[in-house]
Amino acid sequence: MTVTESDVEAARRRSAAMRDGLGVGLGVGVSGLAFGAAAVAAGLSVAQACALSLVAFTGASQFALVGVIGGGGALVTGTLGAVLLGGRNALYGLRLADLLRVRGLRRLVCAHVVIDETTAVATAQPDRASARIGFATTAVSLYLAWNLSTLLGALGAARVGDPAAFGLDALGPAAFLALLWPRLAAGGTERRVAAAAAVIAVAATPLLPAGVPIMLAAAAALPVLLRSGRGARTDAKERP
Amino acid sequence: MNVWIAVLATGLGCYALKLGGLVVPQRVLDDPRVRRFADLVPVALLTALIAVQALAQNGSLELDAPRLAGLGAAVAALLLRAPFLVVLVAAAGVTAALRLV
Repeated sequence: MTVTESDVEAARRRSAAMRDGLGVGLGVGVSGLAFGAAAVAAGLSVAQACALSLVAFTGASQFALVGVIGGGGALVTGTLGAVLLGGRNALYGLRLADLLRVRGLRRLVCAHVVIDETTAVATAQPDRASARIGFATTAVSLYLAWNLSTLLGALGAARVGDPAAFGLDALGPAAFLALLWPRLAAGGTERRVAAAAAVIAVAATPLLPAGVPIMLAAAAALPVLLRSGRGARTDAKERP
Repeated sequence: MNVWIAVLATGLGCYALKLGGLVVPQRVLDDPRVRRFADLVPVALLTALIAVQALAQNGSLELDAPRLAGLGAAVAALLLRAPFLVVLVAAAGVTAALRLV
């Protein structure tokens, strides 16, 4: 069998997807330190902090729950609020269902890691094979890094070194921006939706609890649902 | 309600939502409008996340100069077509360097 140019190209795409996945997984994963520290400060035990990272594995919901517990709020409303914040992952699932095409047990496992980071990496890849590799690499590296750093943060490691001193708080937004960049550069609709989403989220931030403004920003994508089905697909290429 | 129950219930509820999107039948996703919506939702949510992470701290708007400069460095790196990891290093490096001074 000869190695064709397209094989080389496919291999290049696969390794690019893995690099994206590892960069996001390890880079964003260290913010588990902040979560572990916040959880223990809010009154959770180290075991409870770690369990929450293992079973919820979605940062916004986790921070929301420990925020309510720390503030002395009711656990029932805290739990409900945290779960509602996970709603954006259901929206990601809509996109990933078609991209990953997983069934049965694999779907049940994949579901646990349908979050911001895995979606960002998977949807940034040029084809389905590299999207799956990007999704899996991000999922494994982020799951390990997030849970390990939750444990370290809960044990007090966050006091030893402040992640912000290393500029790690800039990593998350920089990674998402880098992954979105090609789509924003390519499409006029994408840019309009992105601009509207940013305005909605920033305007709502002082008014609503953390996490809710992001959910609300999904409304920026709603207009395409209302448009007639016929023109909807060609829309992506309207402006080169 | 015990904290353990809250932890497990949050985990279960979050898992149910994650699974909920993945099990939507292909037939529904084949509608071009749904497909286009599902395609644009990550763009909307991730941009919102970038904006809030860049401009807010603990639920209020707060301009943090080192972090914004770090993101500016990321944009510059992207405009220069730098590889992904270089973009990340530029963002964290500039932010960290400005916090030192």
